[in-house]
Amino acid sequence: MKLQIHWFAAFREATGHSKESVGSEAATVSELFEEMKTRHPALASARGAKVAINDELADWNSTLKDGDKILFFPPVAGG
Amino acid sequence: MNRFEISSEAIDLEQFRASLVDETCGAFVTFEGWVRNHNDGRAVLRLAYEVYEPLAVKEGLAILEEAMKKFEITQVHAVHRQGELAMSEPAVVVGVASAHRDAAFKACRYVIDEVKARLPIWKKEYYADGDTEWVNCQHSVHAVKDNSTATKQTGNKQT
Repeated sequence: MKLQIHWFAAFREATGHSKESVGSEAATVSELFEEMKTRHPALASARGAKVAINDELADWNSTLKDGDKILFFPPVAGG
Repeated sequence: MNRFEISSEAIDLEQFRASLVDETCGAFVTFEGWVRNHNDGRAVLRLAYEVYEPLAVKEGLAILEEAMKKFEITQVHAVHRQGELAMSEPAVVVGVASAHRDAAFKACRYVIDEVKARLPIWKKEYYADGDTEWVNCQHSVHAVKDNSTATKQTGNKQT
């Protein structure tokens, strides 16, 4: 399946992309993130990330489907 | 009534206050988060906030709705800045109006704590020594949907 991944803040700087299209057979968001750590070694030390699928905050065990927009958020720091 | 906004412009505090005036309310509490000139022992020159606006607005409104349900308040508004900010500028403002003060104080505290922990907003600090850093919020470790396998953080900074 084809997915569109969006990276923010420190993740954008670590991957060098604000978004990228990837082909993946990852069953869950968690598996996808592990794949991305292989593709982008600078993500290896990522901690406390959150994820959203199609603009809804999602669980790391969520399953993926073709065409999903996956947003990976590093730890937030508003205020 | 509640309203949540992300703003690229300086927050007009007079207008913000005026938008909350309500004859049924005897209490008005605000919190302003300002750009501070130091963090974790380092001299900070300026800040930039990155915001994923579609989700920040949705989650921000959800927080205000929670505050309306949890506390006896009449009005609650919040505005968070995005982009580059100068020293001492307000980065976030929360305002709560209610019949009595106790609920307004509690709701204001609830809203700013949840905003800092839950909204997809990231702060980059620019230091006097030329370095820059994305700041990790200390609350992110207990936010509801953190990656449970990767939530242990070290060296978090007070923000």
